[in-house]
Amino acid sequence: MSENIITLKDIVVEFDGERILDKINLEIKDKEFVTFLGPSGCGKTTTLRIIGGFLEPDSGDVMFDGQRINGVPPYKRNINTVFQRYALFPHLNVYDNIAFGLRIKKMPEKAISKRVAEMLKLVNLVGYEKRSITRLSGGQQQRVAIARALVNHPKVLLLDEPLGALDLKLRKEMQIELKRIQEQLEITFIYVTHDQEEALTMSDTVVVMNGGKIQQIGSPVDIYNEPTNAFVADFIGESNILRGLMIRDRLVEIAGNEFECVDSGFGENTPVDIVIRPEDITLVPPSESKLNGIVESVIFKGVHYEMLIEGYDFQWIVHSTKAAEKGASVGISFTPDDIHIMHRMKDDDVKEEIAENEE
Amino acid sequence: MKNKLPAAPYLVWMIVFILVPLIMVAYFAFTDKDAHFTLDYVSNVAQYTPIFVRSIWLALISTVICLFIAYPLAYILIGMNTNIQSTMLMIVMLPMWMNFLLRTYAWMALLGNNGLINALLGLVGLGPFKMLNTEGAVVLGMVYNYLPFMILPIYSVMVKIDKSVLEAAADLGCNPAKTMLKVVFPLSLPGVFSGITMVFVPAISTFIISRMLGGGGNLLIGDLIEMQFLGNSYNINLGAAISLVLMVIVLLIMTILNQFGADDDGVMVI
Repeated sequence: MSENIITLKDIVVEFDGERILDKINLEIKDKEFVTFLGPSGCGKTTTLRIIGGFLEPDSGDVMFDGQRINGVPPYKRNINTVFQRYALFPHLNVYDNIAFGLRIKKMPEKAISKRVAEMLKLVNLVGYEKRSITRLSGGQQQRVAIARALVNHPKVLLLDEPLGALDLKLRKEMQIELKRIQEQLEITFIYVTHDQEEALTMSDTVVVMNGGKIQQIGSPVDIYNEPTNAFVADFIGESNILRGLMIRDRLVEIAGNEFECVDSGFGENTPVDIVIRPEDITLVPPSESKLNGIVESVIFKGVHYEMLIEGYDFQWIVHSTKAAEKGASVGISFTPDDIHIMHRMKDDDVKEEIAENEE
Repeated sequence: MKNKLPAAPYLVWMIVFILVPLIMVAYFAFTDKDAHFTLDYVSNVAQYTPIFVRSIWLALISTVICLFIAYPLAYILIGMNTNIQSTMLMIVMLPMWMNFLLRTYAWMALLGNNGLINALLGLVGLGPFKMLNTEGAVVLGMVYNYLPFMILPIYSVMVKIDKSVLEAAADLGCNPAKTMLKVVFPLSLPGVFSGITMVFVPAISTFIISRMLGGGGNLLIGDLIEMQFLGNSYNINLGAAISLVLMVIVLLIMTILNQFGADDDGVMVI
């Protein structure tokens, strides 16, 4: 048994001449919680459907537990799916929905009832056995969908934006619950979402996708702190993305001023993109900083204030628990640690792409 | 109260064209020519039992054949792309644009002893076969005329089945045949029941088809009723009595059927 439960090799999918997936290469370890994160149309659901067997790639190999499974239909794969809009069977009640997969496998009814009872307990739906699924709330239907997939003890569970239709509070509860279930059952979860917070909260590994390509694979901390390019930086949380010049190792020029930083290996006098997270910036009196600006707006966001600072042809986003006064002149301060240097993305239209995705 | 006003025209319609005729049928069934109460006509209906049995039997066969043709067709249809689907539906509906009598006359010309089919069979040395004026011809005419009424309700229920539910079935281990059996069929039942109703009810009371394709020897209840009102054996009281008994029988059959088809969502189509 190989350590990688699923391997994708050079997966290409084209539709009407358009490349939906462009050479996807990915290795997913057993018992891992992997999230495909990206804006709509980035190819994350397509990748999931390829693993589930609902879609065949135009080229490339899909490996499951060391075996090539291209062309194997979904009903022969040891993989189950939680569908985006649940896709529960409307003619069956909660119990029969969950028991469906086991009955297809011709398991004895006694064993089925034991397994279903376990699942109902796992998803906190004990007592709902006879309930018609049309009389369940969205969150309850979601739990039935999860139980219906997990009862088969799949090696891999695919989840296609399963929490998209739930309200914020329920979503947060379900995030924690899903993570608990995954750790308890030790099953590989492959999770698709466009919500970066959800991805960072639950995953062992985040796969950031855009335009049919994988942008970055890494742990949530890596993805957040060391984004490989401006797209990832912008998609994972709000950021100040500036153009800069790497003068030499550990010295970068931002907005006409030189700053010390911790990155190296970019060469000398190389144009780069720079990310500074809004929460890493401190506002100081103008005399104490090389970069000054005028406070354009102050918005109360609950946990913090979000301030826009106009300076050096750039609008800085700053998050702070202390509000500055609108119109005040302030200094923008950050430590060398807070400067994240990234290779400049090849094409300039990346910025436009980011802007589009934000809409 | 204000919600009742828009319903008034329909209420009047229902009273004038449904309730009043029903009461009149019942009235004539239980009275004689001098408007005196009598049970004679209703009890006389018993003598026509063989015709009732034949009518129910032929309607049943036609309904089953329609179902067996329509169900797979509807299933094939929903797998096609939307443009082909609407074209195919058009083709299904196309015969209905032609006059009902004309369509049935066409079958007479095809099935007759000197008809087109026997002529063609004669060329290869077969026949002639007696096809017209048989029960088979009556069933053929019913199936041909009522098939669209079976296809449309089944199709319209099937087309609404969420495709992701079918994917879920595959995901949980169903091959295509099992998906059909365990998911598509139960979900399409409301359409099947509407289709059965819409074919069986007109088939059991038809008189044109049986007269034209079945000849004199294959009388159905419809013919019998027609004869009491328009034919030689003019007797509207007996006609009303037969109609009333037929209605009760149909009502009973439909009630039994609805026991199986009772759907909590009430998705009955048409």
